[in-house]
Amino acid sequence: MDHDNRDRNAGSGGSPPGKIPGDTWADGLPKGRRWSGIAWSLLFLLVPVLGSAVFIVAPYYDHWLPKDVSVHGKSIDGLFYFILVLTGVVFLATELILFWFMWKYDAAASSKPATYIHGSHTLEVVWTIIPAATMLFLAIYQMNTWADVKMRRPRMAPSVEVVARQFEWRLRYPGRDETLGTEDDLFVVNDLHVPIDEDFLVQLKSMDVLHSFFLPNLRVKQDAVPGMKQPVWFKATETGTYDIVCAEVCGWGHYKMKGRVTVESRADFDRWLARIEAEQKATQRGPEEIPVAAAD
Amino acid sequence: MSTVTQPHAPPKETAHHDHVATRGSTSLSTFLSTYVFSKDHKVIGLQFLFSTLVWFLIGGLLALAVRWQVAWPWSDVPVLGKLFAQHGGQMAPEFYTMLFTMHASVMIFLVIIPILAGAFGNFLIPLMIGADDMAFPTLNMLSYWFMWPAFFFFGASFFVEGGAAAGGWTSYPPLSTSTVSAPGSGMGQTLWLLGLTMVGVSSMLGSVNYMTTIILMRAPGMTMFRLPMTIWAMFITAILQAFALPVLTAAGFMQLTDRLIGTGFFSPEGNIINNAMSGAGGGQPLLWQHLFWFYSHPAVYIMILPAMGMVSDILTTFARKPLFGYRPMVYSIAGIAGLGFIVWGHHMFISGMNPALGVTFMVATMMIALPSAVKTFNWLGTIWGGRIHYTTAMLFAISFVSMFIIGGLSGIFMAATPVDIFIHDTYFIVAHFHYVLFAGTAMGVWSGIYFWFPKMFGRTMNEFWGKVHFFLTFIFLNGTFFTMHILGAVGFPRRLADAYHYETFHHLQPLNAFMTWCAMGMVATQIIFAINFFWSMFRGPIAGRNPWNANTLEWTAPSPPGHGNFDFQPVVYRGPYEYSVPGCEKDHLMQTDPPHPAEAAAAAAAHA
Repeated sequence: MDHDNRDRNAGSGGSPPGKIPGDTWADGLPKGRRWSGIAWSLLFLLVPVLGSAVFIVAPYYDHWLPKDVSVHGKSIDGLFYFILVLTGVVFLATELILFWFMWKYDAAASSKPATYIHGSHTLEVVWTIIPAATMLFLAIYQMNTWADVKMRRPRMAPSVEVVARQFEWRLRYPGRDETLGTEDDLFVVNDLHVPIDEDFLVQLKSMDVLHSFFLPNLRVKQDAVPGMKQPVWFKATETGTYDIVCAEVCGWGHYKMKGRVTVESRADFDRWLARIEAEQKATQRGPEEIPVAAAD
Repeated sequence: MSTVTQPHAPPKETAHHDHVATRGSTSLSTFLSTYVFSKDHKVIGLQFLFSTLVWFLIGGLLALAVRWQVAWPWSDVPVLGKLFAQHGGQMAPEFYTMLFTMHASVMIFLVIIPILAGAFGNFLIPLMIGADDMAFPTLNMLSYWFMWPAFFFFGASFFVEGGAAAGGWTSYPPLSTSTVSAPGSGMGQTLWLLGLTMVGVSSMLGSVNYMTTIILMRAPGMTMFRLPMTIWAMFITAILQAFALPVLTAAGFMQLTDRLIGTGFFSPEGNIINNAMSGAGGGQPLLWQHLFWFYSHPAVYIMILPAMGMVSDILTTFARKPLFGYRPMVYSIAGIAGLGFIVWGHHMFISGMNPALGVTFMVATMMIALPSAVKTFNWLGTIWGGRIHYTTAMLFAISFVSMFIIGGLSGIFMAATPVDIFIHDTYFIVAHFHYVLFAGTAMGVWSGIYFWFPKMFGRTMNEFWGKVHFFLTFIFLNGTFFTMHILGAVGFPRRLADAYHYETFHHLQPLNAFMTWCAMGMVATQIIFAINFFWSMFRGPIAGRNPWNANTLEWTAPSPPGHGNFDFQPVVYRGPYEYSVPGCEKDHLMQTDPPHPAEAAAAAAAHA
């Protein structure tokens, strides 16, 4: 074992060996202490322990998914929890294995030489096929939810048109004739009202740059792209007033592009529409003259 | 130039005539040709390393300023607030949008990509394959010098009217193409695009060089399947860059012409921004997103594959054990690179792209988790049954594995299209890519610096302070980034100067303040690294050729290697991972060690 240092540069024409202070193992590397190997493995044990603790504790302090008030939200949240459990198990298993190997195979823990092995065909096959099957299952399993939220548009005329601009949400309800683009359209800014338990179809547009129409409590998010019309639909299940957030950076005022969505009974919704209609008629103004908080 | 010489050839006299030519001329021109306009791959590698570390510091300070605003919106910024002096140190929202844009741009284009390919790629490729230099030394020098216009454009953009670019590092039009859409969308955005183009030119020159060098200049006996993982990763990264980059460069030019001469590639008809008509119209904002992500998704792998390669080599060295599943590791890198070209649409699930197309991208994205999983399992297999030495380099390498598990798993959430609807553009995404890029790549880079420092400067870094640096960085990074998953679960959006006026997010300020404290600790910790780095350069213990008793070729060269690298002709007899061969009197057989009877016996036993 004394030859190790002398022979380390065989083939290099005999050069001075590396100078490392302190004791060395037979492999020529500096001796570590057992306690330091223990300490380092415990540090890595903190990753799965504290990592899962954070996810367990956070919901108790209301640092968790905001209350869901939509039909789609149920399946989106269900999928979130499914993936959370799946990845949580893999996370715990791999991190604990890493900790255990670090603890056990510390050079200071035993004098056995390292196992001379280049791999295992069987293991490679196993740990390729199991994740492949899992991921494929996950891919197929979620397709239905995606189709419900983004592909199976309800057959109805748009309930409202939302036009995003720096930095506000301009809303246009179709009015009594239930058709957008007619004279009785009703105009509102940043104050979306939605009847409960009904399919609600938004026609989303942008006037200037990209924006993203984000309703956290309804699990809705869709970019608004100038030059395109995006259909967005959902069914709200609980009355209340919730946030509308812009989720795509749209300029300096991005942070304050805030709206509110009010989910209410059909009767309340109709009353609100009637009030808006009355206000609009009383002021006798067209859409272009609606006083809005301009971008500047 | 060529290394194709007879085995056991006598040591070379000189490798480069230009080096000889400068000898005897004035000391200034010698200095310039040796350290500034050098064509030596090692000097160029170190030039990349120093430049990128400086930009790493700038990017880190930009991040701190971002974190300050997120934690304590509108409160006076200490110290730095005086510099931009808005309302007595208070940050304006447009300043905040500029900060996060430039933080990301600097970190991605001026730090991560050039530090991996430019610094480590340049320094290691010829050394690890047994070549005396790169195939095209002049091209190599140019690849570094093309970074300087980029440094200049990015740096200068902070001082032009309206400030630097403020449209996010993704630079989505029309916000970025319209010069009136935001304060930073004037000159700053133009300079940003020019800088991006220069980074692209630099990367392209580098990648051509790396591919050629690895294919043509390997030492005798160095077959492709005897290459260390670092070189495999660099090779595949170079291929990724060569094929993806032209698309971004073209897109960048299209955006430039949209801005400067009024073409309308990316802006639709009749767009009114800030009460002004914009551009010719007839374009499509989503086109940019497709082109941008066609490059920038493969770029995500450009930003991690080399780190994966380096970590694989470092794990084997300090576990004193062959790499578990060498070929599966190579194939999984190739798999990641191949699939990397067909998953760009997962950045666009909610962009307005046809949702049916989203399904295709979702399936491809789910599949790319597979090679990543294979790599992780093989790393675990590598340390299983090893004799682990807890050096600083090893700790950073293990933390790469541990953190990559988190970053990889969190990616599954956003690959699932319905879940992505909720977490897209929230801090969940921010958590994910910081776990991959900071807790992954940056930790891998530190691991590489501590590991190859002796080869770069002939001296080892201080291990004690290295471990202190590791410990604090590890704690603070998790304090900063792990909690971002929780913010994301609440739906806390990215890029908001102040989100607390929303009912949904108003209670998240204390958590954000905690994260900002951790981020400050993380940046402060790097002072330890900086001192250790420079102190060890001049005062560290002399390392010798092979301080870690590693197997790969660079450890047979002098530390630091002279011009032409090797003082003998390396001839390769085996793969890079022959550690702990049973019956062998020493625990590592270097790639250049002559055939040993014990290895034949061990190989026979293994296949029996």
